[in-house]
Amino acid sequence: MARNASARRTGGPGWRRLWSDERSRGLIYQLLVVLGLALVAAFIVSNTIANLQRVGLASGFGFLSEQAFFDINQRLIEYSSTSTFGRALVVGMLNTVLVSALGIVAATAIGFFAGVLRLSPNFLLSRMVGAWVEITRNVPLLLQIIFWWVVLSGLPKVRDSLALGDAVFLNNRGVRLPAPLFESGFEWVAAALAAGIAAAVFVARWARRRQKLSGQNFPVAWTGLALIAGLPALVYWIAGSPVAWDIPEPTRFNFRGGFNVTPELVALWIALSTYTGAFISEIVRAGILSVGKGQTEAAGSLGLRPGPAMWLVVIPQALRVIIPPLTSQYLNLTKNSSLAIAIGYQDLVSIGGTILNQSGQALEVVGIWMAVYLSLSLLTSLFMNWYNKRIALVER
Amino acid sequence: MKSVLKTAVAGAAALLVAGAAHAATLDDVKKAGVLKCGINTGLPGFAYTDDKGKWTGFDVAYCRALSAAVFGDPDKVKYVNLTGKNRFPALAAGEIDVLSRNTTWTFKRDVDLGFTFIGVSYYDGQGFIGRKALGVKSAKELDGASVCIQTGTTTELNLADFFRVNKIKYEPVPIETNEEARKAYLAERCDVYTTDASGLAATKTTFENPDAHMVFPDIISKEPLGPLVRQGDDRWADIARWTLNVLINAEEYGVTSANVEKLAAKETDNPEINRMLGTEGSLGAWLGLRKTWAVDVLKAEGNYGEIFERYLGTKTPLGLQRGLNALYTDGGILYAPPMR
Repeated sequence: MARNASARRTGGPGWRRLWSDERSRGLIYQLLVVLGLALVAAFIVSNTIANLQRVGLASGFGFLSEQAFFDINQRLIEYSSTSTFGRALVVGMLNTVLVSALGIVAATAIGFFAGVLRLSPNFLLSRMVGAWVEITRNVPLLLQIIFWWVVLSGLPKVRDSLALGDAVFLNNRGVRLPAPLFESGFEWVAAALAAGIAAAVFVARWARRRQKLSGQNFPVAWTGLALIAGLPALVYWIAGSPVAWDIPEPTRFNFRGGFNVTPELVALWIALSTYTGAFISEIVRAGILSVGKGQTEAAGSLGLRPGPAMWLVVIPQALRVIIPPLTSQYLNLTKNSSLAIAIGYQDLVSIGGTILNQSGQALEVVGIWMAVYLSLSLLTSLFMNWYNKRIALVER
Repeated sequence: MKSVLKTAVAGAAALLVAGAAHAATLDDVKKAGVLKCGINTGLPGFAYTDDKGKWTGFDVAYCRALSAAVFGDPDKVKYVNLTGKNRFPALAAGEIDVLSRNTTWTFKRDVDLGFTFIGVSYYDGQGFIGRKALGVKSAKELDGASVCIQTGTTTELNLADFFRVNKIKYEPVPIETNEEARKAYLAERCDVYTTDASGLAATKTTFENPDAHMVFPDIISKEPLGPLVRQGDDRWADIARWTLNVLINAEEYGVTSANVEKLAAKETDNPEINRMLGTEGSLGAWLGLRKTWAVDVLKAEGNYGEIFERYLGTKTPLGLQRGLNALYTDGGILYAPPMR
């Protein structure tokens, strides 16, 4: 009231009309909020610039082309200590992408499996899965990552490695696997693989169309497997096995040759996929329960057994409910992978932190961190939104 | 509404002004009534908690000496534990007033990162520790080994250089803190652990069976460790620098925590001592401190030699020799400029 009175006193009739109109008053409020936000932003920017100048720090992204002079133990692309900071960041980003992609695949499989099991009529089974879900999703992820890392560091010491046929070695420094060395002729195998995949997709489409028209089933899974695995295998044999294997050999300290999957990667992967898997299982359960009981019963009365009824009738309908929250879980998993730093997995944050420390370019590195995680998240969202649209209920 | 807007603008303007004006560090510290000193997260000898849970050690002693110089009381310190990685952002952002965390003085840090090193409190070099059972005599035999290393340190860079120059391969196992590195090394996640030789000696004391491990003879780098402050506040840098110099000069002149009160009571026949302890000249006033600032510094933990022997010396579990860190008069390279 008082405010109205003061407006009446200070403003002319035009101002008063503007103020008493609900719509224009709303506009004024919004303008003021925007103005306030702009002032705060301007303050933050000017303060930052002033502080940077005060301590005499150069800003800009020129440091990315300086040499890094530190080493990274897991690199998916060529990298040495004489490479640049920029390349080190790319190595870190790829490590983040690797563990996120592995985690998303495993978490989805675990989540669907556990979600379906939880609804099993078998009392013991559903309760055991229930207990696992509650424990896994209610213990902080950081603790789980450290837990798995400690478990893996309890593996045999390197000199007592568990050996599998003198080619695979397991110890507390990871799994040492033979590495394939591709020789000439391998390109034919790769081409056969591509052809196999294309043929399998074609067969799947053809089978679906045929089923719609005639109702007849076709063993798509087996044919697909034969095409994707069989065709390259055949070409591999014809081309005279164009792959040599680099078998790891024990040396004084470690193994030479092959490639090593570090315990840090495995610990992070297990922790991320079980933690997120537990959440996904609840989403799957909710999705399945959202499909009316009548659907299952109708499928049963059409003669479908419980398995096909679940995968062909219930799950496709449940997916509409499952996909949006599932997308959030994928995004969470990617961002949670930054906890890698706790166990020394060299992801984007870990390597970025080292660069920040060696170069002193804090703002730039933090900016890069944010940009990369934002891009990864937006890409995931884009893909999932596209998928969501594809499976949306088409009403006829 | 107008008045609300006016307040908002005035508030924002006030914030801008507050952000732009910077008081000197000495005034800030005095106003806060406490010195914020950045130290290690835990390194025996240098920064560790005693049986009463109080932070103590070689690096901590410097914080206490500086607090005594500013306040006349060594206990007005707030310790901020920092890892190798977050120490520089903490100092740059003003979360701490001084960093006393076994930090190597390098060109880049001094020039490009916007800090000022105020001197060297410990001359160190990087070494390796490994199990005797490995049968390794020198770090050059470490081809193919897994090496535990603290990230964000100069040791990480030296390590890469060392293996590159000697054309041998290794697997770096990056670790955040000394404690984690110790655990990873004991679990044999890595064959050797590398850090400053003093840090290796410190870490070795915490092993269950120290005799099964050896520090290799190779020292692969120069690591002059010392306190540092933000660049641009010369007065504060001077106070920090001359506090360290007092500790070193006092050892040279034979001023100890035991005799400092007596020597400061009246003029002695050594003018250097007189100027330092304030019975002659006005050194304290030039720094903007009390006349007896150096007396308080020395009363805190004694002179450099006393501090070294108490936390690192041969009578401690670390058992470090003075070596390079002896006074220049005793065959070392410790040499502080004169107090005049």
